[in-house]
Amino acid sequence: MLTIRNLNKSYAGVRHRAVLCDIHLDLARGEYIAIMGESGIGKSTLLNLIAGLDSPDSGSIKLDGTEFTAMDDDARTLLRRERMGFVFQAFHLLPHLTVEQNAALPLVLGGGAPAQCSQRTHELLGAVGIAALAASYPRELSGGEMQRVAIARALVHRPQLVLADEPTGNLDPDSARQVLQVMREQIKSNAGAGILVTHSPTAASTTDRIYVLTAEGLLPQ
Amino acid sequence: MMRAATLRALFHAASAGALHDNPGRFFLALLGIALGVSLGVAVHLINASALNEFSLAVRGLTGKVDLVIRGPRAGFAEELYPKVARLPQVQAVSPAVEIDVPLSGSSDRLKLIGIDPFRMAMIQPALLAGMQNQITDLLDPDAVLLSHAAADWLGMKAGDTLRAYVGTTSIELKVAGLLPPSAYRQRLGVMDIASAQWRLARLGRLNRIDLRLHPGVDIAAFRHDLATLLPAGVIVTTPDVEVERSASVSRAYRLNLDMLALVALFTGAFLVYSTQVLSVLRRRTHFALLRVTGLTRLALVRLLVAEGALMGVAGSTLGVVLGYGVAAAMLKHFGTDLGAGYFDAISPALHVEPGALALFWLLGIAFCVLGATLPAIEAGRRAPALALKAKDEEESFKKQRAMPYGMALIGFGLACTQAPALTGLPLLGYLAIALILLGTILILPWLVAVLLPRLPAPRFPPALLATAQLKASPRHVAISITAIVTSFSLMVAMLIMVGSFRNSLDHWLTRVLPADLYLRAARGGETGFFTSEEQARIAGTPGVASVRFLRSQNLLLGPDRPPISLLARPVDAGAAHHTLPLTGPSRVPRADEPPPVWVSEIAADLFQYHVGDHIILPIGGQAMRFTVAGIWRDYARQTGAAIIDRDLYIRITGDTLANDAALWLAAGASLQQTRQALRERLRGADGIDIAETREIRATSLAIFDRTFAITYALEIVAVLIGLFGVSVSFSAQALARRREFGVLRHVGMTRREIGIMLGCEGIWVAGLGVGVGLALGWVISLILIHVINRQSFHWSMDLHLPWLALAGLAAALVAAASATAVWSGRRAMDRSVLSAVREDW
Repeated sequence: MLTIRNLNKSYAGVRHRAVLCDIHLDLARGEYIAIMGESGIGKSTLLNLIAGLDSPDSGSIKLDGTEFTAMDDDARTLLRRERMGFVFQAFHLLPHLTVEQNAALPLVLGGGAPAQCSQRTHELLGAVGIAALAASYPRELSGGEMQRVAIARALVHRPQLVLADEPTGNLDPDSARQVLQVMREQIKSNAGAGILVTHSPTAASTTDRIYVLTAEGLLPQ
Repeated sequence: MMRAATLRALFHAASAGALHDNPGRFFLALLGIALGVSLGVAVHLINASALNEFSLAVRGLTGKVDLVIRGPRAGFAEELYPKVARLPQVQAVSPAVEIDVPLSGSSDRLKLIGIDPFRMAMIQPALLAGMQNQITDLLDPDAVLLSHAAADWLGMKAGDTLRAYVGTTSIELKVAGLLPPSAYRQRLGVMDIASAQWRLARLGRLNRIDLRLHPGVDIAAFRHDLATLLPAGVIVTTPDVEVERSASVSRAYRLNLDMLALVALFTGAFLVYSTQVLSVLRRRTHFALLRVTGLTRLALVRLLVAEGALMGVAGSTLGVVLGYGVAAAMLKHFGTDLGAGYFDAISPALHVEPGALALFWLLGIAFCVLGATLPAIEAGRRAPALALKAKDEEESFKKQRAMPYGMALIGFGLACTQAPALTGLPLLGYLAIALILLGTILILPWLVAVLLPRLPAPRFPPALLATAQLKASPRHVAISITAIVTSFSLMVAMLIMVGSFRNSLDHWLTRVLPADLYLRAARGGETGFFTSEEQARIAGTPGVASVRFLRSQNLLLGPDRPPISLLARPVDAGAAHHTLPLTGPSRVPRADEPPPVWVSEIAADLFQYHVGDHIILPIGGQAMRFTVAGIWRDYARQTGAAIIDRDLYIRITGDTLANDAALWLAAGASLQQTRQALRERLRGADGIDIAETREIRATSLAIFDRTFAITYALEIVAVLIGLFGVSVSFSAQALARRREFGVLRHVGMTRREIGIMLGCEGIWVAGLGVGVGLALGWVISLILIHVINRQSFHWSMDLHLPWLALAGLAAALVAAASATAVWSGRRAMDRSVLSAVREDW
């Protein structure tokens, strides 16, 4: 489903820095992998490139055969809207929206019918265990609850690819364990693929495969 | 006491960063204050310069005399002069004829003063000190000496010919020379008194007698005794009262302009307020950290107030410099008139009052400190633990309970509208506007919180998100619209007031200009008239069906009051409402009552006349009793007017001259041919002015528009400052929401959709501001129309809402605010969305 070939990225500036060198990756539907690596090695850059938020120096990224790097910004944005979901370390819920409105955001942006949006959102909020908090605002939630909302938002529109960056970095161990479990269940039940970037071996262990990003490339552990 | 080094360190820690990060926002707030102060300074300096010059000019006319006897335009019999001169208390006396003459070939007029140079030398030796060689020149019956201001204005020098109209024909006067530069400051010419009486058709009449009394004479007691010797309508006054009376005509207008300039400053203060509120919000965790590390609550409040004061010092200083420059440029290029025509005959230099400059400078700082104090207190109150917690902004706002205070201020303001004028000025009316405005600002958060939940939830996702954002942040919305509500409401109020005035003027012109053609003996001045023979020729002109002649004079009703106009014209007492724009019921006097007089509402207000009252008017040197038969609306004469029947006037005075004629054409007669016929029948009468109704109407409305041009200019500046406020608010929020934009871009919102979302927010916010501003503006307009105008100028007018202009202005403002919101958002979006969420990736 996701195919990355010969991906290279460097940053210009006073200190020219090659971040990603000759990255290759194949990710099939239903597959959930973890990417680990030292700080500053380029994990976030790799996620940005996969999400179409940044452009590579060279190489190819294809999602279901569609070349991502050749698209303009609007096309990449629309592709992201329809086929991707994101989970951030700091949750990044919109403070002025309720839990339900936050979770339903990708569906609303996609122009879904209100009744269907509402049904699907409630379904997912129930699946991540926070249906009772639908009318609450983010400021009223704990960290674990906020991350569950973020997971619901990432999966509500049944994306093909979920990108998660340190989703448990701000959570206590118990909440982290629950969140990782929910995320895996939802990615699997959705028949999509997932990439989890983490420093935590425990978190990485919840995925199907673990890769390590090094200066030489993306290597299976 | 905090040491300077500590203060510097604190400023560096708490304020410098914010200034460095967002210099544009601080600059806009500073510019808002600078603009407000500069307008205040400029308007005040121009007015003060005009008034100073005006006072010097009026004092120059009377010189260092103890008392002045003054008569109306028609003057008084010169026999009064020897009577007064013989009084034992009088040391020296100088008679004068003072009259405005219309100049040939233009619509301008020039004041000519006829003096007895030898008598005047006894009263004002200093004034004539430089004129020894010219005094003999002055005895030439055609000679006139021009002041330097008049010579410059007319472009004349010694030997040139000055042409002026007397009656309907032109006379020629020879410019014998220029008066010494120190003699008179205003535009005028001096003639020998006998020459002036002869050439200006004032034989046997005087307007003025200046008196100097023997040392030791009780001036007040003598004045009182002298008043009893004077004919009706002739007053005795002191030079100081002369100056005060002359200046009083423009006093309300000057106050109005000062108030308008303060509006811009007021709006600037709200700009500082919103800047500081948003800036404090953005730095709340920063302040919390400083509090945690030992900064006391009071120190934090002081620091933030000092920030506002610094902004005020910089803005005020810039504003004073700007205002001085604007005033100097305006005086140089446009004079001091500011559109109303009060000071068009003087050419002043910039008169700087350091005290006034300091006052405006301090006002600017005070407004900034005031704008910064509320957010500072709020920041000081906030518990550090709460502030350290993210997203507490709206939560902290919820504790504010300004609504009851706001309602109290509005109530007090409404009560102030019922109060009378203080010292002839609508001071409490202005206070009412300020209180209602401030009260509305205080209840805005409550009002917005009530209104926002009622916003519909649109289907279009960017609009939906915009609505959700606004509903969740009512306090932010309230702050954003503060400046817009302030400036827009005042703009709306002015638009409604000026629109009502213009509409009322238009209707009034229709009522007072019923004829087909109008003739004036001269375009201006006081020496134009039609003789009886000319009146007969006009009436006999082919094509003229009927004529109504009008004689205009003025009457002095008190030493401290400007003269009122006396209009003598045919009036059918039983059908006055057909020919006069009466404001209420009229009555026909009974047979045993004095004859009728119809007074203008200005005269009625100033002299407390009511329909049915018996009043005394000094006409033709006699104190005549009249019955007030009606009160009419008059927008032409600002100091009041009275109309009596012309036949009665002729019976009292014997004066058969007329100044104006209204002509109704016979059926089928052509306007053009009748105009031509009139010119032919009045050949040689080149001073006459013939105009059709539509021409007079167009000229009147053009003068009206010119008068209000300055008010529009001041209001536009206030609205610009209001838009600055919106820009400050939106850009602050856009920067604060960069992470939110980043997240939205991640979940698939395009830049365009985020732009639309911001545009929608801008439309909603500006729409709310405009809605509240419209309602508030309507209320303020009622105060302007029924309280401020009435107490300032004594004019009534009918409310007229200029819907098209209001809708256009509202749409323009909403569009501008929306564009500002999008622009602010685009600036925030310029940086990569990656950096907005880089803390995580």
